[in-house]
Parts: sequence; structure tokens; C-alpha cells
Amino acid sequence: MIYFMVLSGMENWRLNKIMTSLKEAMNEACDEHFLPGNSCCAGCGLELALRWAMKALGDNTALVAPASCLNVVVGLWPKTAPDFPFVNMAFAAGAAAATGFDAAFKAKAHRFPQGPWKDMTAMTFAGDGGTTDIGIQGLSGAAERNTDMIYVCYDNEAYMNTGIQRSSSTPHGAKTTTTPFGKQQYKKDLPRIMEAHDIPYVATCSISEPLDLYDKFKKAKEIKGCRYIHILAPCPPGWGYSSENSIEIARLAIKTGSWILYEVENGVKTISKPSKRYMDPEKRIPLTDYISKQKRFSSVSEKTLIELQNQVDKNWKKLASELKCQEEYL
Amino acid sequence: MTEAEQRDFIQKKESKILKGNIAAAYAAKSARVQVISAYPITPQTTVVEKLSEFVDGGLMPGTQYIKVESEHSVMASIVGASIAGTRTFTATSGQGLFYMNEMIHWAAGARLPIVTTLASRGPAPPWNIWADYFDVINARDTGWMSAFCSTHQEIYDEILMSYKVTENPDVMLPKFVAYGGFVLSHTSKPVMIEEQDLVDKFLPPLPDEEGWEHIFIDPERPMMHGNLIMPSGFYMEFRMKIHDAMVRAKEKIKKVAEEFERMFGRSYGNGLVQEYKLDGADVGIVIYGDLALQMEQAVDELRDEGYKVGMLKLRYFRPFPEEDIRKAAKKVKVLGVVDRATAFGSPTGGPVSSEVKSTLHNSGIETKVLPMISGLGGREVTLEQQKDQLKILVKMNETGELPDDLLYGTLWHGKLEVE
Repeated sequence: MIYFMVLSGMENWRLNKIMTSLKEAMNEACDEHFLPGNSCCAGCGLELALRWAMKALGDNTALVAPASCLNVVVGLWPKTAPDFPFVNMAFAAGAAAATGFDAAFKAKAHRFPQGPWKDMTAMTFAGDGGTTDIGIQGLSGAAERNTDMIYVCYDNEAYMNTGIQRSSSTPHGAKTTTTPFGKQQYKKDLPRIMEAHDIPYVATCSISEPLDLYDKFKKAKEIKGCRYIHILAPCPPGWGYSSENSIEIARLAIKTGSWILYEVENGVKTISKPSKRYMDPEKRIPLTDYISKQKRFSSVSEKTLIELQNQVDKNWKKLASELKCQEEYL
Repeated sequence: MTEAEQRDFIQKKESKILKGNIAAAYAAKSARVQVISAYPITPQTTVVEKLSEFVDGGLMPGTQYIKVESEHSVMASIVGASIAGTRTFTATSGQGLFYMNEMIHWAAGARLPIVTTLASRGPAPPWNIWADYFDVINARDTGWMSAFCSTHQEIYDEILMSYKVTENPDVMLPKFVAYGGFVLSHTSKPVMIEEQDLVDKFLPPLPDEEGWEHIFIDPERPMMHGNLIMPSGFYMEFRMKIHDAMVRAKEKIKKVAEEFERMFGRSYGNGLVQEYKLDGADVGIVIYGDLALQMEQAVDELRDEGYKVGMLKLRYFRPFPEEDIRKAAKKVKVLGVVDRATAFGSPTGGPVSSEVKSTLHNSGIETKVLPMISGLGGREVTLEQQKDQLKILVKMNETGELPDDLLYGTLWHGKLEVE
């Protein structure tokens, strides 16, 4: 049975392969759903993430936003920037509230078969604190139930909304207001945890690769069941760099190999195009190039730097052996 | 058995012998709830077990049942489902209610007509799973209405009435229906399960495709809910509206109880309270939940012995029926209040007796109030003890003497003897 699922998954993966070119995107991704006039900081990673996600998902999407910057940047009452149904939610309640949406859509589809209800997408858009810390129980539950929803974590690697406190997604060595001398622990690898839930779709994205992000959301929209997308979304004030450099910083995370873009579709893992070349350690640029541009890493010692670089290399080795193993059983 | 139950029994209308929890599950089915979300907790569990049979067995077509991983997620998913315009139901108990507390506030703040039954139990530690209304009382200031049931039939009936009250556009507040863990949840009695046609006629129709008036998920009418609101915004006014709705709900509750009686023949006083032999009584006792049923018998027996005693069964804690309390207090000289819940450090007894005392304060009513606490954590309350409670009130009325073992003005009745 599992073998069959993997095989059919493979097939789906081939069928669902989407590659939107820049030219195509210019034509089809013009609709804006997260509108101008919101109160994001200049260079905000979250804003780009949501904007591109909604371009791909389009109408018939209802969003749950557990406590995070998103609650604030969409506009203080009565101003609103999204032009789609948007519900603010308690911190730990992101996944479960979207589960409720999904159940209600299904109940309504039963009563009103002509309505839009069977085509509705329930989506949670949470920060890394709301996902990797306080929200993980609800997320894990929703994933285990394979709830028909998209869960998005926009990862700015700390509690930015409350003033830059460490989360379990904050990287080793990074300074936050609650790790004034740098975080001792390592970043929690949530996409991997979600992968272990055996849900139909897990993907990592970066705001520096909008077309890759756009494709992944378009693909996610077509899949039924629980879909998890983790987006690296740099934060200029939180990370300590100038706001015009958001894209560059996010791109450096990919070039140094510290953030890897991949997707796992029905158990089949593939490295996404922007990250593919960095499988070769020779192609990866030194981690210092990424770290030295951010004030949060300003007091990182030589030792920590080596540890961080080792972590990056180890992650890639793990990934390579995983892919090799996958090739064998496929 | 209440009079109405007896009448139905005699008329051989179809009734089932049901546990309290199962009656609750039948009520949810009769109300055609569309989304159920639940997490197991003793002593509520058999409610959600029965509903699983109903839903998975195809007896509730279209109903979605989410078996979530915690109570916090129970209420979060119910809030989500209710926002999206469906009739929702869940059940929980003690610790479960404490764990969902954050979402309880969310449900009331978003003005969602969610109905939740509570098989009430004592808070831990030490672990306790037996009747104690501390859990529902603890949710006093959340903006939820709360009602107590004292019979199995009342559980079924109250849940039906709840949807009619909560979904009233002038109310739109969530509601708890509480009954004692084990003492009602796990004991069996005849319960009339009403015909679906009649229930459909009694209840408002399920929400239409547009959902509720004030909150909805509709791609055609995108709406944002719950934005941050500055102190100069309408936050204070929103809170005031919840209070307004709660107070307004009293009239709706009375009306719904009347309509219920007309349609199904079972009476629950004026909906908020049920008087029992208070006319011509010298002393009265305010009591709620399962303890009220046996207290009726205690009143009867003491009346037979010539004592002029009566009882006021409190059906609602929120909204609090202060007019009815004043009316009852005027009829007697001494009023006892029995709480099966605590209000630690309160100078006015248990939670309900505090409400009674503050209701009578400055009202010009001279009736003395004696707070009593009884049956915590499922401690058995015998008929003799309840007669004893009434006799203490009679003695207090006759001699002016207070019991000598009052603890901070409150009588903790039915304690173990400690050497």
C-alpha cells in the first residue's frame, strides 16, 4: 500500500511539475490580494511572502493569522489590507482554527453544493514562534489528521512582533533581546518534522525566489490534504541590516547553503532549482558572507562560526544521503 | 423524574433510558449540529463517543466531526467553524475547560453562538473527576452564558433551548450547559427524545449560505476579523455590547422556555429559575444543578413535618437572574445558598451566594443570607444532610442563632469528621 502510494506520488510529482517563467508570471500573477497601504516595515520579508502566496492562491482562500507581525501589518481596525477573508487568531490556535474553517466548508458544501465551498482553501499564515514553538501541537495534530489546509510558516527566526526575542527557530549564535550574547541552541528544523508526518506536501521557500515560491503555492493549491510551506522571510530590524538588502540577504542564505529550497511531494523529496547547484560544496560560498552582513551575528566567535559552518555542511550531507537512499527505494 | 417526565412516561410516549451524557449527544443530533470538535476527558467522554457513532454511522449526514489533539484546539476549531457560519457543538469537563480558556474568551469576543456541554468536575490537584461546578463558574467573566441542569431530561431540553437563545441575533453569545459529572453524566433515566420535525420547528433554521450577520467567511464579501484596535477605537464599546447582550438574553431565555413548554410540554419555571414551594415559606434555599433534584424531596419531607420551607432552583448563572432572586428573597426571612463550587477567600461564601448577597445589597430587602458549601468534588450529599441544611435555616430564623462552625461566614456542610 505504502509502496503504491509512493509510486503514485512519483507520478503526481511528474504531472504536477510547474515551472512558471518570469514572462508568464508577468502576465498571470498581476492580481494583488495583499494590497498596498499595509503597515509592513520597508523590506519586510513577510509582506513579500504573503503577496506572492496570494498571487498563486487567488480567490477562494480564507486565511487564519495567529499572533504575529501579520496581525499588525494588515492594518489597525478598521483599516484592512487583504482583499480576501482574513481572521486574526490566538497564538496557539492557527492550525486548529483553519481546521475549523475546513470542516465548515465541507459542511456547507454538503448543504449548498452549488456554492464555492468545495473549492475553498483554508490557510494558516503563522510566524516561526507561532509555528515552531506555541503552535506546534496544533500543527502536528492537523498534519496527523491530514486536514485539508495549507499551513505556512514565514520564518524570520525570532519573535519580531514582540521585539526580537529568541524562538526555537532562531539560529545558533544569533543575538536577540532574550539571547543578548547569542543563542546557544541550534535552529529547530521544522520542515523535517513536518516531513515525518507523511503529509502530501512539504516545501521550503525563500522570498528571494518568488517564482519558486509562486510555483510551490500553485502546486499546493491543487493538492488535497495537509500542505506545509516554510518560507525564509528576513526581517531588517530584527536581523540588523539595511532594508534595501532583504532580497540579497535571503539569497545569500541560499548561496551559502544555510537555507535549502526543496519540496517533498507524497514522500518524494527533490531539491528545488535555486538550491540545486549548492549540493556541490565547492559552489557554496562561505557562511561568513551571509553572517557578516547581519548585526544579530555581530558577536559570533570563531568557534561559533565553525560550528555554524559545520552545521550547514552536515545538513547537506544528510540531505545527499537521504536522496541517495530515496533513489534506491524508488 | 420531573412531573413532565412522569406524564410522558405514563402516556407511553417513546422515551429511552439514557445516561446524561448520551442525552447530550442526542440533543446535538436533534439540533442538527454541523461541526463537532472534541477531545476526550472524563466524565464527558461518552458524549463524544456517542456522537462518533452517530456521525461515522451515517446518522448525521453532512456533519463534520474533528477529533483534535487538545481542548485548546477543540475550541479553536469550533471558533473557526462557527466563524465560517455553521452550527457547532462540543463537550468538555474541568481541566479541559481550563485548557481551552483562551479560546473561550475568543468565542465570546467574536460573538459566536457555540454551545458546549460540561460534565462538570472538580479541579485538580488532587485529581478529581466528580461533580463540582467550579469549572463552569471559573468561566464566569468570559462572556459565555451558563446554565445548570438537574435532570437527565433537562440536559436534552436545555441544549435544544440553548441554540434558540444563542443564535438569537440580539444575543449571539456562546453558552455552557453544565451538569454534574457522574451523578448525571453516568447515571440512567428515561429521556424523551423529541421527533425531528418538532425540533426543527422549534429551533431556528441552520445558518444560511451567507453565515451569521456580523461575521462570515465569504470570498464574495471578504471580511477581516479581529484586527488590533487602538484604545481610542471601539474596543470598550465592543465589550459593553457583550454585557448588553448578556443582560438582554434574560428576556430571550424566558421566552424560549415558554415556547419550549408550549411545544414539548415540559416546564422549567420562567427559564432562569424554578420556584418550589416558596410561597408561604419562612425560609428558602437557593440551589443549582443535580443537588436541586434531591432538595425538592427534602423540602417535601420537611413540609410534611410542618416546617415552612421552600426552594429556588437556579437554572442560570450567567446571565444572573437578580430580579427573581429578589422576588424569592422577599418571600422568606432567611435564605440559604448552597454552592457546589468554591470562591476562595470570598467574604460572601461560594460563587452563587456572593451573587445573591450582592443582588440583595442596597435593595431594601432584609432577608438574611447563609452561604453553604456542599458536595465538593462529588462528595455525597444525602437527603438527610439536605434536610439538615433546611433545619439550620429554620433554627436561624426562629432563634437568630448561626451555626457555630461557620468558616468565615460560610457553612461547609458535610465535612469528614477529623479527630
